Amino acid sequence: MIRVLTKEFNSFLNSLIAYVVIGVFLTGIGLLMWVFPETSVLDYGYADMDTLFSLGPYVFIFLIPAITMRSFAEERKSGTMELLLTKPLTDWDIVLGKFLACFLLVLFALIPTIIYYFSIRALGNPAGNIDTPGVIGSYVGIALLAGIFCSVGIVASSITSNQIVAFILAAFLCFLVFSGFESISTLNVWSSNTLFIKQLGILYHYEALSKGLIDSRDVIYFVSVGALMLLISKTILSARSW
Amino acid sequence: MRVVDKARKGSLQNMSLVVKNLLKQYGSQKAVNNISFQVEAGEIVGFLGPNGAGKSTTMKIATGYVPPTSGEVSVAGFDVTAQPLEVKKVTGYLPEHNPLYTDMFVHEYLQFIGKLYGMTGKHLKERVAEMVDLCGLTVEQNKKIETLSKGYRQRVGLAQALIHNPKVLILDEPTTGLDPNQILEIRSLIKNISKNKTVIFSTHIMQEVSALCDRVIVINKGELVADDSLSNLMRSQGKQVSLIAEFEGVVTEAQLSGIEGVEKVVKLEQSKFRIYPKTGVDVRPEVFRFAADRKLSLLGLRQEEGSLENIFRELTAKQEA
Repeated sequence: MIRVLTKEFNSFLNSLIAYVVIGVFLTGIGLLMWVFPETSVLDYGYADMDTLFSLGPYVFIFLIPAITMRSFAEERKSGTMELLLTKPLTDWDIVLGKFLACFLLVLFALIPTIIYYFSIRALGNPAGNIDTPGVIGSYVGIALLAGIFCSVGIVASSITSNQIVAFILAAFLCFLVFSGFESISTLNVWSSNTLFIKQLGILYHYEALSKGLIDSRDVIYFVSVGALMLLISKTILSARSW
Repeated sequence: MRVVDKARKGSLQNMSLVVKNLLKQYGSQKAVNNISFQVEAGEIVGFLGPNGAGKSTTMKIATGYVPPTSGEVSVAGFDVTAQPLEVKKVTGYLPEHNPLYTDMFVHEYLQFIGKLYGMTGKHLKERVAEMVDLCGLTVEQNKKIETLSKGYRQRVGLAQALIHNPKVLILDEPTTGLDPNQILEIRSLIKNISKNKTVIFSTHIMQEVSALCDRVIVINKGELVADDSLSNLMRSQGKQVSLIAEFEGVVTEAQLSGIEGVEKVVKLEQSKFRIYPKTGVDVRPEVFRFAADRKLSLLGLRQEEGSLENIFRELTAKQEA
């Protein structure tokens, strides 16, 4: 698994993907946080990082599928899947290695935003007036969310050999699990099941975490959705139905 | 007709590859239909058949890439479905189109593959250097794979299949698409490395088989049509040796058929005949005497060995009839 992970991560670094992803994410988020008046912390007047945590997921919906789309689709197209599958690796080694490489890259993009925390902390009046537990909870939430998005992207990539199809499918599925359930629950047909539908989506759990309360139920939700997605990819890989 | 050497038996422990009643079905199409054969340790076996005969499918099953529909395949004593990891550890595989991570450097690629087989540190470095040397990649070793020519890519493919010193080497059409010089180089490379290894390679070029190995397995349309040594195959095909005789004067087929040891006579042109002798009989002296007795001039007498192509064509055509 580690070997697949290293190889995947190295190929991100060697092919500019890593730099583009980190660069675009930080530029985009940086502009939203500090420059554009509509979302800028400086104009907002409150010392919090809501801009990052509320807009970050939408940036991820486009960015993460772009990272994951090649993972299986490219290998399948170029035939290297055959190479990998005839090496002494289990299917789990391959799926987890690829998933962790993508996840790690997203985390690397996220880490520099910790500077924002210290900036806002210093800018607060009085200095240090920031909801630290809320920020920590939000970071945990956004990291877990990125994990789900990566696993969804891996599934999308494992069912097709076309990278564009993988990208679009992954973006759509990420959107669906992120806020789709929330939107569906607003339909006036669920009567008492509204809350249940809402709880199926990420947004419900993500908002709970961003309040700073790391509830085990929310964490279990994130982990189990991610695990389910990876199980699906592994099953698709084992079926070798291409 | 099946030409199966029944005398070839040995203990199962000694077998590098055992295929038993292998069946692979894609939908209603049988890619491999009930094939059984065994390969002993240390043998080089040519796997022969026209395109789409099921060679690649059989190899893919033996390497654990594709699961069989039914039947058993074991490599070096490990079953491919029950112990896939063990099988993959002891086999080196060069897939048909030689897929490579083209964005990697040759060295980097070989190291990656070596690591997948659990090699580390100094041992890995030594092995990579050894492979670069063995496969003639010394000049190209610091280039990106995408910049290499087809022949060199094939060498990289071979190097990755060999890096862990596998007991069984499975090569799927290792020389396709190469120019004649490269074909010779790759062949001699295979010959070199095949010492104390079991090598199974597929091809549809007959010369390759005679150049590399003495045992041939021929499959056609998913069926095993021959499994024998090359010389046995030539002999058992019987009519492989023939004489072309040309006379001055009138000779009939019936007269020639009367010669002792002649099996069949075919008229090619006016007084030019192809004579098939009975197996193992040299009828040339008899034909000469025949001409002398009748005061005919013998203009030409030429013996023709059955070509490998003919055997191949005959074996693979029979299924269609």
